[in-house]
Amino acid sequence: MKARPLNIPFFTPGVWIVFSLALIGASAYLYRMFFGLAEATNLTNSYPWGIWIAIDVASGVALAAGGFTSAALAEIFHREKYHVILRPALLTAMLGYTFVVIGLLADLGRYYNVWHPMIPTMWQGNSVLFEVGLCVMAYLNVLYSEFAPIVVDRFKGKVTFKNEYLRQKTEGLLTFLDKFFRKILWVLIIAGVVLSCLHQSSLGTLMLIAPTKIHPLWYTPISPLLFWLSAVAVGYPMVIFESLLASKSFGIKPETHVLSSLAKIIPFTVGFYFAAKVIDITIREAWPFVGEGSLQSYMFIFEMALFAIPLILLTQEKIRQSVRGLFISSALVVSGVVINRINVFLIAYHPPYTEEIYLPSIYEIAVTVGLICALVLVYRFLTINLPIVTIEDGE
Amino acid sequence: MSTSRRDFIKILATLPLASSSFASDGHSEKNGDLASNGTSYSVLMDSTLCVGCRKCEWACNDKNHLPNKDISTFEDTSVFAFRRRPEVDKFTVVNKIQSLKEQQTIKIQCMHCLHPACASACIVGALKKQECGAVTYDADKCIGCRYCMVACPFQIPAYEYKNVLTPKVQKCSFCVDKLEKGEKPACVEMCPNEAMTFGTRAELIEVANSRMHQHPEKYFHHIYGEYEAGGTSWLYLSQIDLRGSEFPQLSSDPIPKLTETIQHGIFKNFVPPLALFTLLGVAMHSLKDKDRD
Repeated sequence: MKARPLNIPFFTPGVWIVFSLALIGASAYLYRMFFGLAEATNLTNSYPWGIWIAIDVASGVALAAGGFTSAALAEIFHREKYHVILRPALLTAMLGYTFVVIGLLADLGRYYNVWHPMIPTMWQGNSVLFEVGLCVMAYLNVLYSEFAPIVVDRFKGKVTFKNEYLRQKTEGLLTFLDKFFRKILWVLIIAGVVLSCLHQSSLGTLMLIAPTKIHPLWYTPISPLLFWLSAVAVGYPMVIFESLLASKSFGIKPETHVLSSLAKIIPFTVGFYFAAKVIDITIREAWPFVGEGSLQSYMFIFEMALFAIPLILLTQEKIRQSVRGLFISSALVVSGVVINRINVFLIAYHPPYTEEIYLPSIYEIAVTVGLICALVLVYRFLTINLPIVTIEDGE
Repeated sequence: MSTSRRDFIKILATLPLASSSFASDGHSEKNGDLASNGTSYSVLMDSTLCVGCRKCEWACNDKNHLPNKDISTFEDTSVFAFRRRPEVDKFTVVNKIQSLKEQQTIKIQCMHCLHPACASACIVGALKKQECGAVTYDADKCIGCRYCMVACPFQIPAYEYKNVLTPKVQKCSFCVDKLEKGEKPACVEMCPNEAMTFGTRAELIEVANSRMHQHPEKYFHHIYGEYEAGGTSWLYLSQIDLRGSEFPQLSSDPIPKLTETIQHGIFKNFVPPLALFTLLGVAMHSLKDKDRD
């Protein structure tokens, strides 16, 4: 069994729809670049962060956690049967982080200064954002280096240059790169896990700098721990969710046995997170806020339900064995994490001096939807052209 | 609620990771010493002396080359119907104190915290607490992430959303150029009724205390900014309790204390990340051998 480029057409009617949404998103992105944040967004002095931070950046990073969680499982703990999910998970993480950066550039007022945090004279060790920024940048490099062997794998021994000299040189370079990446791969894998643990948790520290503005349901000193636990919890559901979506779209048989046994882990990871949330609320005596009947309290209950339901579902053997059961429960965990990030960054945020509320503009929504669609398109393109997906022999 | 939250932070502090970092939480302390050692400047705003002439607004606009109008137009008191906020083109506003029936006014601008949350948040160190007391902003460093605006408990920094290419964070600079020469900020200089007193922080706290003692009937007995958020360079006296009315109710902890504690705990001499790296490396290699059996 070996991963192979998929032999399917790129465009289908469904892909055309995704393509159109990506185009609309690209236009909205250009609109922001040419006409500025005031024209394109509903951001204000009281609400400086909107969905581009809460969804494109914070949720994007969380949903890319499938990369480091499956690398830890298959490569560090050597659970060999999970090797088939590694490349799709890695691709998702790589594209996820790439689009996080593209989304972030739209939000930054001076996006052309995005490299500033790398300059030692501008380092600011007290800033949580500085740590997140450097970790994300380093991890992006790790992801591209981890992905490079897949590209080498595709072309090594298959270079078809007419010029014999050029062909030999290219093959030589690819052989060298292959050896090089094989040698340093273990460093990359561990570095990827460490960097992920650091910035996944630090994203949870970000809003702790606003103690008076964040609703008590989410203002907790263990917020970084909760963010890390929820990133670990969403890793495998995201792999399953995306694997089932991809096999449906690509018309191939889903790897149900691998996914089912992967799903056995989820009640533990989601359970840990859920328990930590409950203990946190209990210790801080914040339960009264759950019943206060505000938007925040309803969103908190909604968020918790999105974890509780799949937690119960996935303890059932029957549900773990069914494609539909796997899909629904993993989709619930994925939405739970997205709602949690939206809650922490937007719903929980209450500036002291304003009556207005923030709702995203049509351009903000178009960019966010467009980025997700563009990610799906690049994912499809790369699985068609590179050995990512493993198809069982004899099919 | 807030006590149990503090208890929880105490529990957290007993964890080895966090407690080691409490000890190393040196940056803000240094910063605090720097700001409270008496050489840094402060302003005491006494709202009982403010007549609401808004001439300070005019002086601020003039000094900072902001869009300005003739000084006579500032006599317009209709603006007191709303609680205005500082904006990109006005760094200070005079508001009517909403909880009082009679027209009593108060001036709002950047508080120039001793432990500024905006400076702690800033990813590139564009915002800095200067020795003279001012919290300054360097637009050339700024990447425009607006995390400073999320961090500020007083909701002060304003953003030039309308500026397409070179948007800036805008706020009162304490007239840092004048301050460094030992001169009063433009607003203080302009005030016809001496509602604002300029001096070192220690001096002004004394002034405030003696005013409250001499006229206990005139003042609510509290200096806003003496301890709030770990102390601010702008101090306020008023006839009402400003906490939870014109200003937020804040504890005496510096706003960035928790984030800096966590941050420095996780990165204590890079030990925790390197330890995790080593642990995973050992796991990876030892489990590999087992797998071959």
